[in-house]
Amino acid sequence: MHIIVLVKQVPNTSEVRIDPKTGNLIREGVESVLNPEDRHALEGALQIKDRFGGRVTAVTMGPPQAIEVLCEALAMGADKGILLSDKAFAGADTWATSTTLGLAIKRIGAFDIILAGRQAIDGDTAQIGPQVAEFLGIPQLTYVTWFELNEGKITVERRVENGCERVEAPTPVLLTCLSTLNQPRFPTVAGLLDATSKNAPIEVWNAADIGAKAHDVGLMGSLTQVVQTFTPKEARKTQYLEGTPISIASTLIDAFRERNIRLGD
Amino acid sequence: MAIHIDRDKCNGCGKCSRSCPYQAIEIHDKKAQWIEDRCTLCGACLKSCKYEALTGEIPERVVPDFSNYRDVLVFCEMFDGSFHRSAIELLGCARGLADDLSQRVIAVATGVKAPDTLRDLIAHGADECLFLENSSLAFYQTCTYAHILCEAIKRFKPSILLIAATPLGRDLAPRVARRMGLGLTADCTRLSIDPEEKILLQTRPAFGGNIMATIVSRYSRPQAATVRPGIMRPINYDATRSGDIRVEKIDLAQCTEFTRILECTMNPPTGVNLASAKIVVAGGRPICSEKGLAILKDFAAAVKGEIACTRVVVEEGFLSQEHQVGQTGQTVRPEIYFACGISGAVQHRAGIEGSRYIVAINKDPDAPIFEVADFAIVGDMFDVLPALTRAVQDQQKEFSR
Repeated sequence: MHIIVLVKQVPNTSEVRIDPKTGNLIREGVESVLNPEDRHALEGALQIKDRFGGRVTAVTMGPPQAIEVLCEALAMGADKGILLSDKAFAGADTWATSTTLGLAIKRIGAFDIILAGRQAIDGDTAQIGPQVAEFLGIPQLTYVTWFELNEGKITVERRVENGCERVEAPTPVLLTCLSTLNQPRFPTVAGLLDATSKNAPIEVWNAADIGAKAHDVGLMGSLTQVVQTFTPKEARKTQYLEGTPISIASTLIDAFRERNIRLGD
Repeated sequence: MAIHIDRDKCNGCGKCSRSCPYQAIEIHDKKAQWIEDRCTLCGACLKSCKYEALTGEIPERVVPDFSNYRDVLVFCEMFDGSFHRSAIELLGCARGLADDLSQRVIAVATGVKAPDTLRDLIAHGADECLFLENSSLAFYQTCTYAHILCEAIKRFKPSILLIAATPLGRDLAPRVARRMGLGLTADCTRLSIDPEEKILLQTRPAFGGNIMATIVSRYSRPQAATVRPGIMRPINYDATRSGDIRVEKIDLAQCTEFTRILECTMNPPTGVNLASAKIVVAGGRPICSEKGLAILKDFAAAVKGEIACTRVVVEEGFLSQEHQVGQTGQTVRPEIYFACGISGAVQHRAGIEGSRYIVAINKDPDAPIFEVADFAIVGDMFDVLPALTRAVQDQQKEFSR
């Protein structure tokens, strides 16, 4: 049994801001973390390994420091980490990212299951899972909240709008999971020491290693481009209502009456 | 390859820094500074500088000729035998885009049997409507639907493709985009046509809504986007609009489906309907108490509003998920949104921006919710809400006399 887990290092989003004066993205003090749903994907993979044996390979694409999330994956129990890092990968949209991940998975070789978080908290696109599945020509099961393996087949429960469904699929298959899938284990201290040692089973692959041409990946290989970023603006004039609760209440009711809205009608 | 900055010509105006989508230019000591690690050599900064202070070699990319792609194709999702509410929202949005381009709106839907409401799609903005029937389409399955939509794209060669960013749409769209070689932008909240280039400007929130990004697809057609439900305004139902309606059988023999649906369970109806509510009364942490929830419910009953809440209230178990508003919950667009004891984190505000009026009640005068409020009440909701409830009830008595 070989399980591949796709992970991503993301900034802790709620802290990311644009400086209104300079337009610079404020990065100071913003910590980088393993994308929360990816942690559940890792746990899902490790549970399969615990039960059926086999090995878990964690794969990420990112700058050199993204190796941190691979160390975390190893410390949780993954057997191997692969960092896809190359200046040529920078600026990739989901098309170019799924090309890069797909080529890397082809180089990794045979696998039974690919697990990933539903989406990363920096982009929230939820596109990488399905796009990698299509690149590899395997089925996808998204929004997974439970799964069970049985002789080359997988049965999952996945959330759909206003309900859930039970679906069966053959392996190899790609799953994207929600945080309700499981309760991730903590990395062990010994595991962290091993994962950050010189001999840690982490490989770094560049564009040439996965057989990618510069125009297939990164910004040059992307089909979409960001042309502008800005901070959302609110165009509301705020009117402060002051006084006792009773007077505030009547002021508000009058304000809406003036706007032809009668509260309670 | 590098960006060079002529420090004599640079006056630190910051245009280049603001133009860079990757934050690879910062202004320090009134001079632009290039940050190589972040730069993707997209060239946006070169065009932005009025003083010719920036130079650099940018790899050229040829934009293919797409003049044979036209019209806006909307994939209209079905839900429980009728159209998902997002369908008319997308058609309204598509109508505006198509009018700007002097092109047509094509609605495509699929299922076991065409509903008798196909005409509604025309009345809500479509110029043409195609429904593809097959008895095996009782449930959504990724590869089958991807096959159907890809065939529709090949048939119509649209310039723009819109799909709702529902769980179904977000499962389907990336599969289709990858198969057809399309750029795809997820979860757009604003779409418009660039007046010069005539391409689709796709704006979406990133970093949990802290930052908005505008994205274009110059190198593939159709320009594909998923659109967040609850944001776009449908156009009014117009029975006089005319359009071609076709229902066809679709052959799925060529399509390999890997998955098998064993069981599908729908949640029991909760009676909660935030998406179309005229008045929404929402509470934050203070309603994580019996007393707090009770006074919120009293007020909601008085103004005939639906009850909503922030994520913490769901996590603490005081209200169910259907009541949650925000980035990870529902998007609402009521006439009046009452935010009671809600601080207004950006993730929550993302779900209420379309409200006509926002009334915020909060003890903390610095709560960010006040930045987006039309009416701000700095005070304890435990004092203010009961007073409001009574005042509304008094008004009702006055008018019923």
